[in-house]
Formats: sequence, structure tokens, C-alpha cells
Amino acid sequence: MAEPAKRQPPSVAPLAGLRVLAPLARYALRVDLAVAAAAAAAAAAAGAGAGIMPLATAVCRASQLRDWHALWLGPDEQLLLGPAAAGAAFAAAVGNALQGVPHSLVDVSHRQGALEVSGPAAATLLNAACPLDLGLAATPVGFCSRTVFGKAEIVLWRRAEHAFQLEVWRSFLPYVHGLLTLAAAE
Amino acid sequence: MSGHYRTASGGIDLERSRPIRFEFDGQAYQGLQGDTLASALLANGVHLVGRSFKYHRPRGIMAAGPEDPNALVTVRRDAARSTPNLSAAQVELYEGLVAHSQNRWPSLRFDVGRINDLLSRFIPSGFYYKTFMWPRTAWHSLYEPRIRAAAGLGVAATEADPDVYAQRYGHCEVLIVGAGPAGLAAALTAARRGARVLLCDEQALPGGSLRADTGTRIDGKAATDWLRETMLELAQAQNVTVLTRTTAFGYLPHNMVCLSERLTDHLASPPASKPRERLWQVRARQVIFATGAIERPLVFPGNDRPGILLAGAARSFLNRFGVLPGRRVVILTAHDEAYRTALELQAAGAQIVALADLRARASGPLIDAARGAGLAIRRNTTAVGTRGNLRVCAVGLAAVDADGAAAGDTDWVSCDTLLMSGGYTPSVHLHSQGRGKLRWEETAQVFVPAEAGQSCRSVGACKGLTGAALAAVFNQAATAARDATTECGFEALPVTIAVSDDTSAGGGWLGTLPQAARPRGGKAFVDWQNDVTAADLGLAVREGFRSIEHIKRYTTTGMATDQGKTSNLNALAIAARQLGRTIPEVGLTTFRMPYLPVGFGGLAGYARGELFAPLRKTPMYGWAAARGAVFEPVSMWQRARYFPERGEDMHQAVARECQVVRRSCGIFDATTLGKIEVAGPDAIEFMNRMYVNNWNSLAVGRCRYGILLRDDGFVFDDGVVARTAEDRLHVTTTTGGAPRVLGLMEDYLQTEWPQLKVWLTSTTEQWAVIAVQGPRARDVLEPLVEQADLSAASLPHMAMTRALVCGVPAMIFRVSFTGELGYEINVPADYGAEVWRAVWESGQAHGMCAYGTESMHVLRAEKGYIIVGQDTDGTMTPDDAGVGWAVGKSKSEFVGMVSLRKRALQDPNRKQLVGLLTADPRHVLEEGSQIAATPGQRPPMQLVGHVTSSYYSSVLRRSIALAVVNGGRSRMGETLYVPTPAGESAVTVTQPVFYDSKGERLNG
Repeated sequence: MAEPAKRQPPSVAPLAGLRVLAPLARYALRVDLAVAAAAAAAAAAAGAGAGIMPLATAVCRASQLRDWHALWLGPDEQLLLGPAAAGAAFAAAVGNALQGVPHSLVDVSHRQGALEVSGPAAATLLNAACPLDLGLAATPVGFCSRTVFGKAEIVLWRRAEHAFQLEVWRSFLPYVHGLLTLAAAE
Repeated sequence: MSGHYRTASGGIDLERSRPIRFEFDGQAYQGLQGDTLASALLANGVHLVGRSFKYHRPRGIMAAGPEDPNALVTVRRDAARSTPNLSAAQVELYEGLVAHSQNRWPSLRFDVGRINDLLSRFIPSGFYYKTFMWPRTAWHSLYEPRIRAAAGLGVAATEADPDVYAQRYGHCEVLIVGAGPAGLAAALTAARRGARVLLCDEQALPGGSLRADTGTRIDGKAATDWLRETMLELAQAQNVTVLTRTTAFGYLPHNMVCLSERLTDHLASPPASKPRERLWQVRARQVIFATGAIERPLVFPGNDRPGILLAGAARSFLNRFGVLPGRRVVILTAHDEAYRTALELQAAGAQIVALADLRARASGPLIDAARGAGLAIRRNTTAVGTRGNLRVCAVGLAAVDADGAAAGDTDWVSCDTLLMSGGYTPSVHLHSQGRGKLRWEETAQVFVPAEAGQSCRSVGACKGLTGAALAAVFNQAATAARDATTECGFEALPVTIAVSDDTSAGGGWLGTLPQAARPRGGKAFVDWQNDVTAADLGLAVREGFRSIEHIKRYTTTGMATDQGKTSNLNALAIAARQLGRTIPEVGLTTFRMPYLPVGFGGLAGYARGELFAPLRKTPMYGWAAARGAVFEPVSMWQRARYFPERGEDMHQAVARECQVVRRSCGIFDATTLGKIEVAGPDAIEFMNRMYVNNWNSLAVGRCRYGILLRDDGFVFDDGVVARTAEDRLHVTTTTGGAPRVLGLMEDYLQTEWPQLKVWLTSTTEQWAVIAVQGPRARDVLEPLVEQADLSAASLPHMAMTRALVCGVPAMIFRVSFTGELGYEINVPADYGAEVWRAVWESGQAHGMCAYGTESMHVLRAEKGYIIVGQDTDGTMTPDDAGVGWAVGKSKSEFVGMVSLRKRALQDPNRKQLVGLLTADPRHVLEEGSQIAATPGQRPPMQLVGHVTSSYYSSVLRRSIALAVVNGGRSRMGETLYVPTPAGESAVTVTQPVFYDSKGERLNG
């Protein structure tokens, strides 16, 4: 029997201030937020799946629970990001916590890759093709949103004043990376 | 020496210690650092710089800014970097600059095209509509190309542009367009409040009119000193961005302003890494326009000779560049500002031969000063003509009588320069682009901004404060900036700027100057760039044009690259007078972007070559590329089309691939198929409402071919749908249809059925899909699969199971698009390449081949499986496409159901999918060919259908085709006729299944 294969995310050339992050576990969670929060609390109270599920309740903001981040993408939509190895167990626990709550939890770990853009010019660089206002007043640390970068759809997440994580569908990743590389060349 | 017309001192834009060599039309000249091409040419006494568009008349530099309609040149760095139609006043000089004049042959001084001027009475405005009507076909082939060649401007470079063009999105609270006095006052005010301020100016150096201001004192300092200190303050402010060489060219909805920033055009050797231009798309909370005003020329006979400039331009050339436009100057004006120019030119050493004022009365400090300086002022005086060939040498002045006509003898005054001033036209372009209204100012005779269409304000000269005292301008700008920043939520802080020694000026003139009853002085130009004269406008009105929009198009006035910056108001005034209506009654033409021409490079930005659009590749792309696959674009994807071996062409490769699949098996990359996870308790209900099929009966672990219609009843997409859990479906779509299917589903879910508990998630890229098709497929896969039984009993056709493949959690769908035993292995995409390689290696013992989209097309056509978008065209129902069996008969609702009941969609004579077999088995029909029912027809033919798919089948050893034919299913066995370039091809109508019509191979 063949050995389990190793994850191979899309590859691109390295550049200072721009790198492809290691593989992550990712889940697209669709659920009525209020209902989910109540269910999670109830589950936690009952000791089942206690404290496993991060939920971002503020619009366009990420929240964190231990290794897991929840990115608010819509009134009923969260993108959950965590360590690659912990994905299956996490999904099972979330499923548990949301038992009886109508929801959709879909594994999208491989659908996209993550780019990190960092450095003092990171916001300026991103504005080469991202139309969002990346001033700290409009997009503070923790901000996240689905947006575009050139002709690609991305999720942009501000992890620090000068560090952004871009979640990019895998076949668009070389394009986004190429555009960033060209824009950074000046 | 940087030119005989350079003054000994002055010129604040210059670095006098840095001479620069440049070339114009092959002649070497010297200029100074800081010069524009226009100022450097004038310093060398060069006025003649171009030939006009239609009449090829000699033309000179007329303005000191980008509004100049005449001095258009081509600047050439190399074969790929040659930019036509640049305004000489906008071209900054650099060492080694090479520029050429345009629209002349064989030379600028002697131009054969000048004959057009002599023939001008035969080519009035609209002549091409009248003269070149017959024969009609000759317009496109003969007349239009010739006219375009004879009348024209510069020629674009033909080689690919090697430069990089950057783009950037910008955000600020206050965007200020124009860094003249009004813009600077606004910027200072807004900046001191902490708002993000973006200040842009089209010139290389900020300051606008302050750069030519020699008298005014601001905050106790000379205007130029105040300017320097202000720029320092703005540069030091963290919240302020100043962009020079940056033209705001468009004002779009939601306060989006487009800027074009020129980064390297002024450099002798631009660094390779630096972009040439940057296109900004700035989203501003508030916009302040401080775009100034443009001086109007005067319309009189012979007003277009080289050496005739705008008066304000001469002042600019003198004070900014230390250049005298000439030594013997006549000034013709209707505005006080020209007096200031006269005084300064005289002080700089020029002789003011005459100062003719069109007005009967003029008074004020400037007039007093001119009189005090002993200038020869002539009141109530008009110009009736000029003399000179390549340069003006005399101007004919005449008195204006009580009726407003030229009277008495013409006094021919010799001169080398004629300066004119018809007053100032506020630059309301951007305000108007943003749907702002204009108001006619009766006293000043100009249009000024009225209600704004968006969050913007206009200040200074563009608001009508032309010639106003600087204090009034500062005050207005500061107030506007305070209001704008307050609206952005910033606290108000007063800013005061003290002004002394400033003077206001007034006046203006619109339309033709007073002439004798029968003027003989020649053409009086209104639009220099398009060679439109006052007579042309008169002709247009006489020929019945009433609307200014029609007059504009008939005469082409205002339609050149300068968009009539110097001409529109004069043209309007002339038309209004002819029509006997007032100017506001006639109204203005629409202001459109771009304000100034913008290069295509800047608009394209980064979107070139590889980065024009995302080139989507699957995880198996590298493997296929390494094996020499030939790729084809399918929507944004690159898909392997075929895998040629040993010098095969496509037909040979496809023939081999198809045979191997039918005999043994093949491996195919189906990753690009769209995938949508439909999950939630109402998943089945949602699918029942969307798709034509009945999904209630689909058991968990089973697949079904689904069809999706638009609400008009026509096929929109298709694909296999698997029920992977009680409340979960894995829906596949066509490669190109993935985004629009998801969009349509979301649309219905959010607007029609928001109460359904179901959610849609795109998983197209989550899964790499490896299709293994052919009688040996099971043998290839079995060694790699754990935790699943691939036997026909356990996993029959249209079943799915979860399994480990190469140790990776996978979904295996037993589905077939070839008619053979087949599996589609879905593995998480990061594992795709590795699992593919393992399957490939396992397949080698069974003679497996890799096949591409071309073979996939042939294999499915042999089985009569349709491809949505190829065999359907957006006007076909499921029944038309031969898949009516899929429609759930007992359903009460699905998208398109009501439409399907329409009588027209049930007509038995609709086009229906059939097979076609050519009489000659080697003849492959052209896809898209029309089909006739009877032979030997001549056009117009009676056509009954068309060919949708056509291939040579190596398995069947003959050609096959799918077609849609009126009432096709009732024509089985009939002979039809397909016209081809080589003659008519007889075809027999058959069932659309050519291979294994019983479908037994599927169940192997």
C-alpha cells in the first residue's frame, strides 16, 4: 500500500516581505451566528466541545481561541483557520457542538493557500491592486474581509499593523503572487 | 547660451547652471534644467512647431500648459518609446531629448499638405458627408482611409511597450486637485486638522499662478517664498501626500477620482525598475477642485500664425522660464491681466508696440500702471487680420464703431509677437464629470460650478474667481477646506493667510471680434487643433443644425485631443449669436473624461502578459507540461488538450488516446469541473427547486445527472450530483459554468427562498479530480484504494464512496463521460499531483494513457453526451438537447418549469439534437455548419439546423457529428445537406449515440 502523500501547496518564488504560509486547516462555517453562539455556550456548559469553537461576532473582525481563528466574512459566514494536523478533530468537535443546529461546515483546507505580506510598505503594496482603505482607522488590526486583488478574489486579514494574511484560492495564488512581486519591484 | 530670447535673470523654474542639449526635428538646441520643450524652443526663437490637422497651416506655441491646441509633438526615446501628440508645454526637457513635429511632409517649413489650405473653400465642415457619398462602398475602402491619412496628428509606436505601468488605490479624507494658490490654501487648512490629504497637480512644480506672480506678498513674503515654505510644511506633514506631474482626469461615481502620475518621462535615463506612470484610483470622502481657469484666445482673421500666443502664457514663459516670446510685441486684449503681462514684458526688455483693448472703457490699477509706464494703449480697437508666413510679422488693427463693427482704415502694425487675451474660462470639467450643474454668470460671462453632483467643492478660479484678488481666493479655499474636513469629522481650526499688494483684474470677450461688414482677413480659428473656423460654425447653423451637440459633431469643434479647452466657449458664443439665442439657452456640450489624454499603458497597468488575467492551473499541470502536453484555455483554466507522443500531431494523438481508452484505459485531469457543496437540512429541497430533476429519490452514496435551467426554460448548466450525506450534496458543474451556477444558486437562495436552511460553498479548488476511464480502470485503481470496494456489485455505475487513496482521504465517484467503466477520484488538492503519479504508475501495467480535453470531446460525442455551451446555445430546452428524460415529471416547482410549459417550447418542430453521418466517412463537417433539407439551394437558403460537434472517430473509423435539426427526432434516416466551401455534403440523420448504443460498457 502506498504511503500517505504529503501536502503540496502551490509553489511560488520567494520575495522579501512576501511568503507563502505553511499549509493550514480551513473550514467554511455557515450558520446563524446567534444560534451557533447559544449552542456553543450550551455545549461548553455541558462539557462537550468546551471552548473548541471560535466565533467572530464583530463585523469584519477576526477572533481567536487558542490555535484557531474565526474570520467574520458575512452575517452567517465564518472562515475558521487552524493548524493543519488538528483539522479532523476540530471539525468533529465543531460538528458535535453544533448538533441540532442547522449549519454547513465544509473543509476548504486545500481550496486556498495563504500569503503573508509584511513590512512597513505592506499596505501600500497591497493597494496596488486591492481597493480597500488600508489606513488603520478603516482597517485596524484584526480586520478581515473578502475583497479583490486585481482580478482575483481574496480574503484579506490584517494580523498586525504591518502584516497581512491573504487567503487566495490555489489556482489564483501564482497570479496574486506575481502581481505583488511586480508591484514590489519599484 | 540657452537661447537668444532668454532673459539675463529670473525664471523660478530654472536651474541656470545646468544647460541641457536637446533636438527638435533633427536640429540641436540648448535649454536649461527646468525648461519645458515649449520654453526651450521659444528661448531659441523657435515658434513654428507643427502643422495643423486639416489645412496643414503652420502653427506655433500658443499656451504654456497642456491646454495648448497647437504645439503637439512626438517625443521619441527609441523605437518602442515614441509618444505622439504631447503638448510641448507639458514635455519637460531632459538631456538628449529628441522631439519631432507632426502632420507635415516633407518638412515642417515646406509641407505639401498646405495645398488643403488653398483648397479650403472646397472642404468646409462636413465636406466628407457631402462629397464622398458615391459610390457607397468606396467610403470604407478609399475615402475614409485617405482622409484619415491626410488629416492627422502623430503616429503611435508600433513595437510593444517595454515599460512598466503601476496602479494604486488611494484613500483620503480630502483630495485637492490643483496646487495653485486656492489648492494650497485648502491643503494647509485641511492638513492642519489631521485629515488625510492628497494634493495633486499636473505641473512638475506646484504653485500654479503663484509661480508667475512677481508682485503679491503673502504673510509678508514674496509669493514664491511663501510657496516654498508652504510646500515644506506640507511635505513634513505625515497626513499629506503631494503628487506632482499628476493629472486628475476623471471624476467617477462615489467620489472616485482617477489620477495619472507621470514618474519617469522627465528623466534622461529612467531607472529600469521604476514604472513610467502610475494610475491612481482615489476614493476621497471630500474633493476640492482648485483646477484654475484657462485663458481664452480671440477669434479674428489670421489668429493662428506662429508667434501668436495667449498673454498669460507669455507671462508664464517670462516669469517661470526667463523667456521672452519676442522683442516687438503687440497685445490684443479684453482683460486687465494682459496689462500686467505688458508691464512685465516691457520691464524684461521687450518693446510693447501696441496695447489694443477691445473694450471702450477699462480702468483699474493695472490700467493705471500701464498708462503710467507710457504704454501705447488703444481703446476700442480690434484686429482684422495678420501677416506673416511661418511667423506673424504684422497685425492689422482697426477701430470699432458704435455698431460694434470694424471701421476706418486698418493700421498694420509690424511685430514679431502678438499676445491675445479673451479672459479666463473656469475649468469646470471635473465638477461636471461628477454630474455637477453649471450656472451661467452673466456679468463675468462664464459658466461656474453650481450644485455639486457628489461630495465636492470648487474653489478659486475654477469657481469663477478669475482675476480676483488673492485674498478672496485664499478665503474661499480655506472655508471650503474647513467645511470639507468638518464633514469628515475633524475639528475646525482657523487658518489665516495675510495678503498684500495683490490686484484684481477683470474683463473678457466671447466669440468673433468686431470685423468689417465683409471681412477679408482670412480664416478666424475657433478650434485650432481641429481647424474649425468661425465660418464653419456659421455654416453649420445655416445648414440647419440647432443643437450645440449637433453643431459640435458636424464641425468637430471641441472634439480634438484637447477637447476644446481653449475653444468651447467661443464656439458656443458664435453658435448662440447665429441662432439668435442666449448662451445658457444653447447650453454646453457634455464634459467627458479623460480631462487630458491618458496613455493606454497607464490604463492597462499591471494587466499585461502573464498577469493580464489569472492563468489557472491544476495541481497536475506540472506533470502534464513535463510530458509535453499541449494546453488550451478553458475559461481561465489551462487544460491539457492532448498528449502528443513521438512527433504526433493533434489528430494522431487524439486517435491513439481514444483507442487506448476504449481498449484499456486512460487518465484524465477533471479538476477544473466546478464543485459546489450544498449542505443543510433543506439541501434536497433546494436542489428540487433549482434543478429539473427529482432529488428525493437520490439515496446517500448515489449520483445523478442534473440539469439546471434559467427561468426562461433553457439549459444553463449540467453535471453529476452526488448525495454524500443525508443533508449534503456534492454538485458538479461545467468548467466554465462554476461561478455563474454558484451565482444563480445564491441569487435564488437569498432572494426567493431565504427561509431555506441550506448553504452553498464552492469546493472547486478543494479537490483534485483524477478521472480513470476504460475497461481496465478498476484494475488500475484497486491496488491504491483502501476502505472501499470497487466491485460492480458494491460500487455500481453512478455510485460514490469515501475511501483512502494512496492513504489520502478521498471520494470516489463511479461516473463516466466516455461510456466506459470509469471512476473520478477526488483527493484534497495538495495531494493531487502525488496521487496522480501513483495512479499513472499503477496504470502502466495496463497500457494506460493520459488523454486531454480533445479526446474527452470525441469520446463523449461517440456516446452522444452533450456539452452545455457547445451542443446547446442558450435557446435549448432539455427536450431539445435530448435529455428531457431527466426532468422530474411530478415536480411542482423548479427554475424554468413554467417556461417549459409554453407552447413555443413544446413545438415538435423545434431544433432537436440528432447525430449526423456523412456519406463520405472521411469528411469531417465544420462545426457551426448550416444544414439544408433539400439539395442545390441558392441563397437565401431554407436552413433546418446546424452542426454543433464534429470529429473524426478513430474507434469507429469514420467521422461523426452532433447537430440540432428542426424536428430532428422525426427525421431519422433522412438525408440532409450541409453546404461546405468544397460543395454540398450529404448527411444521414441518426440517433446521437454512435458507440455502444445499449450502454453495456458502462456497467463493466
